[in-house]
Amino acid sequence: MTTAVQTAAAAPTTATATPPGGKKSNLGWLATTATWIIAFIFAAPILWMVLTSFHSENDATQRTPQLFAPLTVEGYRNFFGADGGASPWPALINSAWAAIVSTLVVIALAIPAAYALSVRPVRKWSDVMFFFLSTKMLPAVAGLMPIYLIATRIHMLDNIWFMIIIYTAMNLPIAIWMMRSFLADIPRDLFEAASLDGAGLLQTLRKVIAPIVSPGIASTALICFIFAWNEMLFARVLTGVVAETSPVFLTSFVTSQGQFLAQVCAAATVISLPVLIAGFAAQDKLVQGLSLGAVK
Amino acid sequence: MTTAVQSDNAPGPDQAQPPPQAAPTATDPEGYPQTAKERWIRRAPLLPALVFTIIVTQLPFVATLAISFFNWNAFRPDDRRFVWFDNYVNVFTDADLRKSVFTTVILTVVVVLVSLVLGLGIALLLNRTFFGRGLARTMIIAPFLIVPVAAALLFKHAIYNSTFGLLNGVLRWFGIEGPDWISQFPLTVIEVQLIWQWTPFMTLILLAGLQSRPTDILEAASVDGATGWQTFTNLTLPHMRRYLELAALLGAIYIVQNFDAVFTITSGGLGTANLPYTIYQTLFTAQNYGLASAQGVVVVIASLIIATFALRTVSGLLKDEGAK
Repeated sequence: MTTAVQTAAAAPTTATATPPGGKKSNLGWLATTATWIIAFIFAAPILWMVLTSFHSENDATQRTPQLFAPLTVEGYRNFFGADGGASPWPALINSAWAAIVSTLVVIALAIPAAYALSVRPVRKWSDVMFFFLSTKMLPAVAGLMPIYLIATRIHMLDNIWFMIIIYTAMNLPIAIWMMRSFLADIPRDLFEAASLDGAGLLQTLRKVIAPIVSPGIASTALICFIFAWNEMLFARVLTGVVAETSPVFLTSFVTSQGQFLAQVCAAATVISLPVLIAGFAAQDKLVQGLSLGAVK
Repeated sequence: MTTAVQSDNAPGPDQAQPPPQAAPTATDPEGYPQTAKERWIRRAPLLPALVFTIIVTQLPFVATLAISFFNWNAFRPDDRRFVWFDNYVNVFTDADLRKSVFTTVILTVVVVLVSLVLGLGIALLLNRTFFGRGLARTMIIAPFLIVPVAAALLFKHAIYNSTFGLLNGVLRWFGIEGPDWISQFPLTVIEVQLIWQWTPFMTLILLAGLQSRPTDILEAASVDGATGWQTFTNLTLPHMRRYLELAALLGAIYIVQNFDAVFTITSGGLGTANLPYTIYQTLFTAQNYGLASAQGVVVVIASLIIATFALRTVSGLLKDEGAK
């Protein structure tokens, strides 16, 4: 991001404005302390989740927080079925499969579409862009019922492929907006040079565009992965035993447990881990993805 | 629906400079091909995505609209008939439904406003140089990267629980016995969990906005002796208006649709059922397809109103980008 540039430019400004050691530096010290306190408050539930996940159920359910209780992986072992509960593996695999396959399909559809919306735009390309965006703004819950009825009618209920179709539709507008904003950044001369050399569309895509936009493609893919992995409402309605995804597993698993806090924390940690990894990997482009490419 | 918005806001740098043309192709003065065949060649890469999106996202809405005019309950499948606006009358006269509309509005407004204000404050704090800035930023973003259901479960059991939750545990260190948060303040605990998760989102967008402020003007202001507060109100806030609007509207779109937190923390009980949860209930507990559809249509219309503003904001940002 622009962080490095910005802070470097901002630093001398403050230095010239106030003499060193004056009121300003006290304020700066205060602001830094406040930032750290806030950062700690925001991270605290997550740190607590990870810590509790490594405690025994007995320590996890004490009335006062046991910060220094002995660590154990019992919670994780129980989550993965050591205590005779249902194994989370089918749900984890379903989630991974749905998120990865839908992301690949999204990328395969979004790149050519974004090309036709930026590099060699169709007439009324901005109308098309806003059409894609408007589908994101309609609440998915309103389409839930007919989709459920259709799934029942065509016998696709509890089928992971149906979830893949849903997640592809859910993420496609995001990916198209992101990809368009990456493609629009490519200098026009590059395409012209490629056309003059007589390169065809596919060759232009592969040789000229792909290397420049591949970081953008990677971040787009990571963001689509996160949204698909997180989704719960449709998965809850449309999947059951066979195609159950991790978020659905998580909700059903809690109701069936007795002493469970360490196990719940272990479960939440395991299921969030892919998202944390993908999110930090895509950190620089996260804003662009979340704002559908509007903010860079 | 977007026609009103986009026609006068045609965004982007591309409009200004027509796209490059392959030499032999006949194009009109704006750079678009003239023959039908050429036009279809241009459209071809777009079509798979467009057709897929129309089929999967638009047809269900048409079906929703159609079903909303029917009396259709899965428990009484033989009694399916066209009832005009009866379902809509039910949507607007049912007290529980009105309550859920109200709950949705409160939930969305509170979460968006609080996380927006917190997000702006945190973005301003993070937009400075200090030791460990990267780590602080990471710690603040992290809540957004917890799976929403997992976050809701974490708050319900490990934070809010009156006996072994972290909140009351910490209060006990100070000799205070906290209440049972979830039953005492059901809507507030949901709001707090969502604010915790959405403040990072606001922070990220607003931080990007702060970092796009023109540095030369900021320098000029400080050379002219403007105080920090003057710079903030006269330069930063006007520049940030677009970003604040965008963050608020995108946040609103996601939070209006929130299902996970309401479902997990209170199961829609204690007056916390919002519209998505209510539609889910109508569909699955009551199996009333006609009513669920009418509820869906009402939600769609409400979102269209929000979306119209959102689209205007986004196209404004695109225009800015084009002007740079």
